[in-house]
Amino acid sequence: MSEQKFIEIEVLRYKPESDEAPHSEVYKVPFTDDMSVLQGAQYIKDNFDGSLTYRWSCRMAICGSCGMMINGVPKLSCETFIRDYYPNRITIEALAHFPIEKDLVVDLSGFIEKLESVQPYIIPAEKRSLDQGEYIQTPAQVQDYMQFTSCINCTLCYAACPQFGLNPDFIGPGAMALLHRYNMDSRDGGAEQRMELVASEEGVFNCSAVGYCSEVCPKHVDPANAVNINKTNAAKDYFLRFLSPKGGAK
Amino acid sequence: MKTRKRSNAPIFWGLFGAGGMLSALFGPALVFITGLAVPLGLLLPQGTMSYPKMLAFAQNFIGKGFIFAVIALFMWHAVHRIYHSLHEFGIHAGMGAKLLCYGSAFVGTVISAVVLLGVGF
Ligand code: FES
Repeated sequence: MSEQKFIEIEVLRYKPESDEAPHSEVYKVPFTDDMSVLQGAQYIKDNFDGSLTYRWSCRMAICGSCGMMINGVPKLSCETFIRDYYPNRITIEALAHFPIEKDLVVDLSGFIEKLESVQPYIIPAEKRSLDQGEYIQTPAQVQDYMQFTSCINCTLCYAACPQFGLNPDFIGPGAMALLHRYNMDSRDGGAEQRMELVASEEGVFNCSAVGYCSEVCPKHVDPANAVNINKTNAAKDYFLRFLSPKGGAK
Repeated sequence: MKTRKRSNAPIFWGLFGAGGMLSALFGPALVFITGLAVPLGLLLPQGTMSYPKMLAFAQNFIGKGFIFAVIALFMWHAVHRIYHSLHEFGIHAGMGAKLLCYGSAFVGTVISAVVLLGVGF
């Protein structure tokens, strides 16, 4: 058998009931080549400190709950392997730009509110009665929004976005991708209602086109694209609203 | 639902975008022509940018439009970028910086319009 390898994992710890501020702790973790960073955290919890707190569920990059800053980069810890960092130390911290609830768990309530605010459901373009049957969509029409349905709400894009870091009211990449998913759906007629948010001071113009959100997205949703397409849409709405009887935001 | 304030960013973003497009298309060539080729006498014939030629260019409608667009839109592009970079560096100078940035582009725009109209047609 080959010799047991160890990796140093530095964890940003924070217990809200006793700690003034977050601090780092270093653990020496034995690992095998098939171990993810999430499994490293689990090893620490099982063997060193049972109070270590983090979110996880699927362990296969689909539930979106295990995001953390790994050596400063927002990543899903379940699909990031310890072997890729060895022999260097791995630093794991709670996702940037969010308030820390405990250790690696962040408070997502602001994000959840944003998801709700984009009206993430189909607002029918024209109401159909049951006996008119289902809405028909061609494969090409499905392709128009397909990419934006892949979001798993992991919020890595928010941890990547410098503008969200500066202004937490910014609607942000993930919620905009979801908004765009519904706007692009041929069955939906809600774009005008959603424009109020898109064109508002919390809307797309906070973005300075850094593009890091799309780079860190584990599902290739390309939220930066959704944001920037909607800058054009909002600018059109801004200048053309005087020509149409119904405007967007006040 | 809470009411939201419409952002007036599209005006500045539009000018920024137009200036960015223009500077990407013409900026490097202009730097090369005015800063290198003409002063060093490279490639272009003697007197390409002589005063009479430039005056004639500025008096022509299309030439006037070109000079105006290149000066004004470049400035709007630059100040928007500077203003947002300040924000990104953590300097939230607020209204003062906004006025200084966009104000200088505005003043530059007015001056270039006045001068260009002043040289006649
Ligand atoms: S545990 Fe589900 S995405 Fe990582």
